[in-house]
Amino acid sequence: MRYSLSALGALALAVALGSVHAASPLLGAADARHLLVRTSFAATPVDVERYSTLTRQQAVDRLLSSSRQQAATPLPVWAEGPFLSPRRLRTATAEERQALQRERREQSEELRAWWLAEMRRTSSPLTEKMTLFWHNHFVSSDQKVRSPQLMYRQNVLLRRHALGNFGTLLHEIARDPAMVIYLDNASNRKERPNENFAREVMELFTLGEGHYTENDIKEAARAFTGWGVDIERGEFVFRAALHDDGAKAVLGRDGNLNGEHVLDILLEHPRTAEYVVEKLWREFVSTTPDTAEVKRVARVFKDSGYDVRAALRALLTSDAFYSPQNRAALVKSPVELVVGTLRQFDFSGADMLPFALTTAQLGQNLFAPPNVKGWPGGEAWINSTTLLRRKQFLERLFRETATPSAPVPDVMAARLPQPGMRAERLMRAMTDVRFDAQQWLGQIGGRDAGSVQHAVLAAAPSNTLPDGVQGLQALQLLVQDAVYQLK
Amino acid sequence: MNRRKFLQTAGAAAVTAVLPSAALAAGADYGKLLILVELKGGNDGLNTVIPYTSPEYYALRPRLAIPRDQVQQLDAQSGLHPALQPLMPLWEKRELAVVQGVGYANPNLSHFRSIEIWDTAANSTEYLSEGWLARAFSSAPAPRAYAADGVIVGGAEMGPFSGGRTRAIAITNLEQFLNQSRLAAPAAQARTSVLQHIANVESDIVQAAGRISTEYVVRTDFPPTPFGNAARTAAQLVGAKAGIAAIKLSLNGFDTHSGQQATQARLLKDLADGLAALKTALVEAGRWDSTLILTYAEFGRRPRENQSGGTDHGTASAHFALGGRVKGGLYGVSPALDRLDGNGNLAYAVDFRQLYATVLERWWGLDSIAAIRGRYAPLDLVRA
Repeated sequence: MRYSLSALGALALAVALGSVHAASPLLGAADARHLLVRTSFAATPVDVERYSTLTRQQAVDRLLSSSRQQAATPLPVWAEGPFLSPRRLRTATAEERQALQRERREQSEELRAWWLAEMRRTSSPLTEKMTLFWHNHFVSSDQKVRSPQLMYRQNVLLRRHALGNFGTLLHEIARDPAMVIYLDNASNRKERPNENFAREVMELFTLGEGHYTENDIKEAARAFTGWGVDIERGEFVFRAALHDDGAKAVLGRDGNLNGEHVLDILLEHPRTAEYVVEKLWREFVSTTPDTAEVKRVARVFKDSGYDVRAALRALLTSDAFYSPQNRAALVKSPVELVVGTLRQFDFSGADMLPFALTTAQLGQNLFAPPNVKGWPGGEAWINSTTLLRRKQFLERLFRETATPSAPVPDVMAARLPQPGMRAERLMRAMTDVRFDAQQWLGQIGGRDAGSVQHAVLAAAPSNTLPDGVQGLQALQLLVQDAVYQLK
Repeated sequence: MNRRKFLQTAGAAAVTAVLPSAALAAGADYGKLLILVELKGGNDGLNTVIPYTSPEYYALRPRLAIPRDQVQQLDAQSGLHPALQPLMPLWEKRELAVVQGVGYANPNLSHFRSIEIWDTAANSTEYLSEGWLARAFSSAPAPRAYAADGVIVGGAEMGPFSGGRTRAIAITNLEQFLNQSRLAAPAAQARTSVLQHIANVESDIVQAAGRISTEYVVRTDFPPTPFGNAARTAAQLVGAKAGIAAIKLSLNGFDTHSGQQATQARLLKDLADGLAALKTALVEAGRWDSTLILTYAEFGRRPRENQSGGTDHGTASAHFALGGRVKGGLYGVSPALDRLDGNGNLAYAVDFRQLYATVLERWWGLDSIAAIRGRYAPLDLVRA
């Protein structure tokens, strides 16, 4: 097999040069593949080869050093244009209302397609993985916010700090207009405190259940009174007249606390680093966080002043991350399945609109998690409907690819109720999606079933391939195997 | 204990035989079918079951109130929306129960969150991942020879069946499902628990597909609407004796923030025509007396109409129970329009979990506490 051979070759070379200690061996193809699939949506043959000759430390350094803070995909024009206040609907006639609502729906679709396009093409997939992680941590949903522009701005914020500082991110997300609206801080005022944000910031963003009391929530809610959004401009405002500046006590600290003070108290609490690390563990390592390891990584995280990179470095170089029992142990989310497949097999096509619909059909509608807890993930991604849809999506994607010029037929043409421009755009986008099987198979070092399997699956398939199957046919069977749903 | 383990430990002999034994062991009578109908978007209960003698009703709804002379009268105070006329023969036969004021404490007004509360039988502040039917079937599965515990017709969300080890299948179109099911290839042996989960899902698909035949001919005419088609598919599954304990249908579009009058009239007509046809088809299949049909929705709508000829998200609402064994009549409490809450919404009188307790205890003969996480008094609306 080509990977292991080249990895061995590189190892021999590195040893000869005296640059490798026994304690830090090179990854080799299998470990490189594991690291890349978990952090970068896919492990392309080229990347596997590049990473296989690095040590764990070097590999993670490379992932972290190539990260970005801004998206490179061109924006939909409205995203950074003049703010379109959701309030416009109030004074609109029934007809105008319908037009505005249609416009908003189209914008949120475009926004989904834009983010997926960034995930598909970015040079730093880890940045997008972490942006998605924070989207599912600091949840807001356009279903409530009803402003694709504010959701876009939140996405920009999450990306800027995706691999930055958690403390800064917490402070900024708390003032993020989409968040202020989503968790009702917008209607949190002195005489009528709204506890929604105060509750969720403790339960879901920092401490986790069981580490605060109902009274802490009540007091914290008072500290956040007066926070709001200027809905004409879509910006955070602090309305001093609505703020309760009496004494409050939160988690044993008292004084005339304001919202920023409460966030600082939460950041000082020893549970916060552990809680976030547990969540990172479930995202990157396994479904069952190891208590001792979580404490170790949390200490690194806290001691670094909440540097997300420090936490990831500790996690992604750990023995637990590379442990055999944690391989192929996590279910790919719909976004990972779709983006990962397109990246892994280098499908052509730039417009991700059809795939925004696919991920929604598979249960992950970006910018619209089901509730403040986010997508539950794991095994919950797979039920009879979503599994058949996943398999059908993969079947269609690889069906007509024997010749590179053949278009992927209907990725989802069966469901195209909307006439007009949108339907045309979808059709065109789907026609552009192509897979060059011959070229791809040429990259993996062999057409035999074993080579294809190592390039496609995180572990041996559930159903053994029939004898003699190879090349594209092996590929088509392997993406239908249960193990392809895992990372 | 997960359900497969339960089956294994329940006795290998019983499991390989025809499985009514497993169902009997758990005490469930799944010869009785439950059909749930979700009115998605939040149907306006107040214009579905109308308090046509209430001056407050007409005051709150100057544009939307249904004129008294158009109401299909149920008693001296309450009547149905005129579009529900196709249900009146059922009412007259005492096969239609109308439950008013169904809701829960501290209601949530978000579609997503509130339907999650209904689906998981949660309190308004708890987030649960398992549906109430999933919990019921996890501890008392349908017989192994059944095609499935539950089938969702015409939707993808597993709703009350989600999570847990329940055999639930979603089908939009029978032929399409049978065709797609060829993609399911359950592994004989799964190495890890997550692969076991996928293998279970795949074998559920294969099992259902193997038990469902398209040979049964439904003679009843169904309305040519999406809901009519879904109801016909349900009738087909029942007629084909696939073996299913619960079916879920849904009708979408009840989120009538503007222009409610025409929209709701059309939707309620779809609902009533579809249910009337379903009744005929179930009689044809000999299953009307062993079927309980129950409607539900995430919430009702606000009593005071809005400025756009519509209504906003509300709380308690009216729901229907239909079937050959249903004790027809009015249940619950008619809307107290003079005692609205701070948001102008109705107080609830019947906790939605009382309807679930009715299904679990009175219909299937199960204990309900584990499935709905507490003791809720069932309603006396079905005959044994």
